[in-house]
Amino acid sequence: MLVFDLALKSLRNRAFSTSLTVGSIALSVALLIGVENVRVGMRESFSNTISQTDLIVGTKGGTIQLLLYSVFGMGSPTNNLSWDTYREWAEHPAIEWTIPYGLGDSHRGFRVIGTNEDFYRHYRYRGGQEITLAEGRGGSGVFDVTLGADVASELGYGLGDEIAVTHGIGEVGFLNHDRMPFTVVGILDKTFTPVDRAVYVTLEGIEAIHFGWEDGAPPMPGDEQTRAEVLAMDEIEITQVTSFFVGTTNRRDVLRLQREINDYEGEPMMAVIPGLALNEMWQGIGYAETGLRLVTIFVVLVGLLGMLVSLYTSLNERRREMAILRAVGAGPNRIVSLLVLESVCLAAAGAIGGLALVYVLLSAGQPVVEAQAGLFIPIRPPGSTELLFLGAVVTAGFLMGFVPALKAYRTALHDGLAVRV
Amino acid sequence: MSLAIEIRRLRFRYGRGPWVLDIPELTIERGERAFLFGPSGSGKTTLLGVLAGVLEAEEGEVRVLGENLASLSSARRDAFRAEHIGYVFQMFNLIPYLSVLDNITLPARMDTGRRARLDGAGIRKTAALLADHLQIGDLLKKPVTELSVGQQQRVAACRALIGAPELIVADEPTSSLDFDRREAFLELLFRECERAGATLVFVSHDRTLEGMFSRTISLPDVNKAVL
Repeated sequence: MLVFDLALKSLRNRAFSTSLTVGSIALSVALLIGVENVRVGMRESFSNTISQTDLIVGTKGGTIQLLLYSVFGMGSPTNNLSWDTYREWAEHPAIEWTIPYGLGDSHRGFRVIGTNEDFYRHYRYRGGQEITLAEGRGGSGVFDVTLGADVASELGYGLGDEIAVTHGIGEVGFLNHDRMPFTVVGILDKTFTPVDRAVYVTLEGIEAIHFGWEDGAPPMPGDEQTRAEVLAMDEIEITQVTSFFVGTTNRRDVLRLQREINDYEGEPMMAVIPGLALNEMWQGIGYAETGLRLVTIFVVLVGLLGMLVSLYTSLNERRREMAILRAVGAGPNRIVSLLVLESVCLAAAGAIGGLALVYVLLSAGQPVVEAQAGLFIPIRPPGSTELLFLGAVVTAGFLMGFVPALKAYRTALHDGLAVRV
Repeated sequence: MSLAIEIRRLRFRYGRGPWVLDIPELTIERGERAFLFGPSGSGKTTLLGVLAGVLEAEEGEVRVLGENLASLSSARRDAFRAEHIGYVFQMFNLIPYLSVLDNITLPARMDTGRRARLDGAGIRKTAALLADHLQIGDLLKKPVTELSVGQQQRVAACRALIGAPELIVADEPTSSLDFDRREAFLELLFRECERAGATLVFVSHDRTLEGMFSRTISLPDVNKAVL
């Protein structure tokens, strides 16, 4: 208790250098834990985006690419599948349900997805949660649009508003389908997944706005169709989809079905198992994660070395203090304990400060990261990894404390008492 | 009467320099109030350092309260000093970040032997009593850095006296006091030493104080190293 009391009072006496040391450790610990939080949050965020979907089917290409553009709204699809092919597979006896996706358009930076009622019926995320509506209904009419929660809140849309879709999926587009606006009929509840940042229209709607765009360019003036003309049509023929999600009747059939789709000769197409594709993606970026983690560990070590340097150099100024303590009876154990305890206190304060800083930054940055990167980093109590990091920092502080402690005790007692301060 | 200090053929020097102490024999009996004087450079502070185990004799024997200091390890000497010796340093050597009370109680909190001699009174109570005796009872909570030189001197004396150590060594503690304050301080120091039954070795080059002590030792007379 005496040593603890002395350690705290001594540290308080050197408040400025103590706070600088604690601050540098806190920053490095915050970086370490922050990176870990972002890493775990990113993985969870990705894994939670889709649930209970057995296969994702699209045109042949990279498995990760198919996963990214279909599920996470990243990257661009290379080609589409024909509607007939989609229908053929949708009726396969091993397939219980499908969700077709038609991609390629956007609205003010948010991706537009053409789909049908099956999306609202079968799409599951985070452990099997269903898509629910905060307002209105799921779109079913040609020009119905349902908005993800973030789209509605960020753009300030409500039911009944009309929105125009832009051709292409860039942030800024020049070719607008503004002659055929969609009407907002529903707004989805927040899911903390990319669903929140997407605009859902019908496949018929996607077809309708592309009438006359068959060669990829806008129709010539005079050839455009109007919204009223489209609405007057008996039926709109859907010609293509970009990809579709598959739920099987029996999960044991997944691998066989995947092989069957991959071997399909009617059109080049492929099926990926979302979990495996995600794993493949993590393996790909695993090296970067390890590298990043190593860098943050080194940053923490540098922070702790800063503490060691600070304690060690302050010993010269504290020769007299150490000598007085020895002169009034502090034995070797007490002197060593005092300096080791000071070091542990600095490391512990830095670790706790770093953890607190992470929570402050997470609270402040969570909405920004979500808005800018579509990544939801959950705020939760420190887990075993964080506690392991904190324990390692305090242990390192404990071990490093022995360096100045042993030097302090070896300094001649008389030498310290002779110092004039 | 048994001996508090017994020195035989003591020789000491700093590093490989010239001898600073060369004392064939010196004894001080328990309960004595010894006044040790000598001019600057005669080895007064060095001798106190050797007696307190802060410095280690190169040759000869130094027995303090019957214990041969040369036979003790550095850590054991620290422990021995903590339990048996109260040291009033020339520079006071107070811990600047502790309050008056914390500085005074430090030896008793450090050492169980000193704590055991508090006669059942608590550490804080004893410290407050000592501080009252030395007229700094109202300053207990103050940081020592806010005290005058005279007040700091008395804090250093209280710290040396707490837990009734058998030997008090005081190194020119009155050097920065005026005559009146010097006398008052010494009277208080004597009273506390008497109360605790402690031996006092008091070093000064100011011979006007000599008459207040029971014995006077001229260091140049006993230290052959002084030319």
